[in-house]
Amino acid sequence: MKALRSIVDKLKPTFSKGGKLAFLESTFDGFETFLFVPNKTTQHGAHVRDCNDMKRTMIMVVIALIPALLFGCYNTGIQVGLEGWTAFFYGLVRILPMIATTYIVGLGIEFTAAQLRGHAINEGFLVSGLLIPLVMPVSTPLWMVAVGTAFAVIFGKEVFGGTGMNVFNPAVLARAFVFFAYTPQMSGEKVWYSDWTMMGAQVDGVTGATALEQLATTGSMKWSALDAFLGFIPGSFGETSTLAILIGAAILLFTGIASWKTMVSVFVGGAATAYLFSALGCFDYPAYYHLIVGGFAFGAVFMATDPVTSAQTSTGKYIVGFMTGAIAILIRQVNPAYPEGMMLSILFMNALAPLVDYFVVEANIRRRANRVKSVK
Amino acid sequence: MASKSLKNLTAPLSGNNPVIVQILGICSALAVTVQLKPAIVMGLSVMVVTAFSNLVMSLLRNGVPSRIRIIVQLVVIAALVILVDQVLKAFVYDVSKQLSVYVGLIITNCIVMGRVEAFALQNKPWDSFLDGIGNGLGYASILVIIAFFRELLGSGTLFGFRIIPESWYLAEGGFYSNCGLMLFPPMALIIVGCIIWAHRSFNKDLQEK
Repeated sequence: MKALRSIVDKLKPTFSKGGKLAFLESTFDGFETFLFVPNKTTQHGAHVRDCNDMKRTMIMVVIALIPALLFGCYNTGIQVGLEGWTAFFYGLVRILPMIATTYIVGLGIEFTAAQLRGHAINEGFLVSGLLIPLVMPVSTPLWMVAVGTAFAVIFGKEVFGGTGMNVFNPAVLARAFVFFAYTPQMSGEKVWYSDWTMMGAQVDGVTGATALEQLATTGSMKWSALDAFLGFIPGSFGETSTLAILIGAAILLFTGIASWKTMVSVFVGGAATAYLFSALGCFDYPAYYHLIVGGFAFGAVFMATDPVTSAQTSTGKYIVGFMTGAIAILIRQVNPAYPEGMMLSILFMNALAPLVDYFVVEANIRRRANRVKSVK
Repeated sequence: MASKSLKNLTAPLSGNNPVIVQILGICSALAVTVQLKPAIVMGLSVMVVTAFSNLVMSLLRNGVPSRIRIIVQLVVIAALVILVDQVLKAFVYDVSKQLSVYVGLIITNCIVMGRVEAFALQNKPWDSFLDGIGNGLGYASILVIIAFFRELLGSGTLFGFRIIPESWYLAEGGFYSNCGLMLFPPMALIIVGCIIWAHRSFNKDLQEK
């Protein structure tokens, strides 16, 4: 540790004001604070809320994503007829290039933008960069991942002012862009399986829609509810296993990173709407299927809880969370064009969250004003 | 041509562009720019309408009571739009079909009435005519830029000619795929945003403090 510290200290003057490479100051600062807890404190206007800082917050989310990531690798292999470690390595080899692509493209843009503006580099993209590959279908070409990431980072984040200023969750935006831009490659039956034939994978043997598409078209799925919960179904890398996602959710809630209010109310909203449609006789399968298939759980745990794009007020979190879940199921049921509604409902509620917050704050002001009046 | 008159023609091309500076006529800029050819025809049609409505209203400006000026302007613009529509139907029927209602909707294009109200009613016919041509060209140039990117990235063609070879496509065993989002109006709006972004970073005097 000391050796590392001394190297950083030695390099510092080169990158500070007046040094040779001063124009790379933000980049250097980004790496330094990545390695060591920064010793700078805010000069004014800050309130101590927590001993945690931005970097530790983001890295906790990355840790919470690891169960879903590891299981996603394993399941990718399982879906092409492999077993055990071979299946795991097959999936790993498939997803690593995607993760590398998103990080290179996304961090490249973030670093450049921060450098141009003279801002410090933020860590928000560490999470987005891992989320993006996890919500992509297995066989997405890398250049599509790159284009989607670039679009999401530039138009979702940098044009609004960078990390913390974005209206929409960059990971969902990347997914939505790729979905609408390259629809033929993003939907249909084949995309959910890898088309690589290495390590003995059988590609010809497997075809079939995702559980969600099967439910939407035939009213039943060929997997048991337990399989769907554990995640042995085709789908994007990270979204299949509700169990792995719940482990991640437990980590996020235990460390207090994600808001339990948002998370719980997404599930409540989704369940309520699913049971409502079930009671109306819109489908015959059990309503809880909706919570364990597709991207519902993944979106609820990792995307709807995004501290930047979700609601800021407590009451707002309940409202936005509930609406996110409800609209997701509504889109799944009512719109035949989109079997998966989670992505669209999260984006929609991202756009409405500031409005919800505004009304919550206004209502609070009115309530307190009335109280003052009644006391007088 | 006096330099003052010339300024009426050149100002709307960049510094006072109707689409990216005045933010007028965005609606049709999103609707007709999927391909280059309709975009150019649309741009020229709007240019003709703005030029001649400016000219006519400038000639009439001292004879029209200001209370009824809007209705007079509408009659003039509507007559010109119908003329343009008929000419398009007669000579470029297929493009006219593609443009469908948007030729008729030139009458609601804010640029036309905006220039008549803001310029033609206070200026002489020749200046007004040049102003109309300039604004029409400014509008057309933005349409062409948007349509260029939308057709190239959305269909892989320009003016209907294939630019990106067939063999590049995924279906043919290649790697490439058209960006379907380019065919939707939302992406056109994002392109307009990008043009405004680029334009403002070159024209510092347009940036708000």
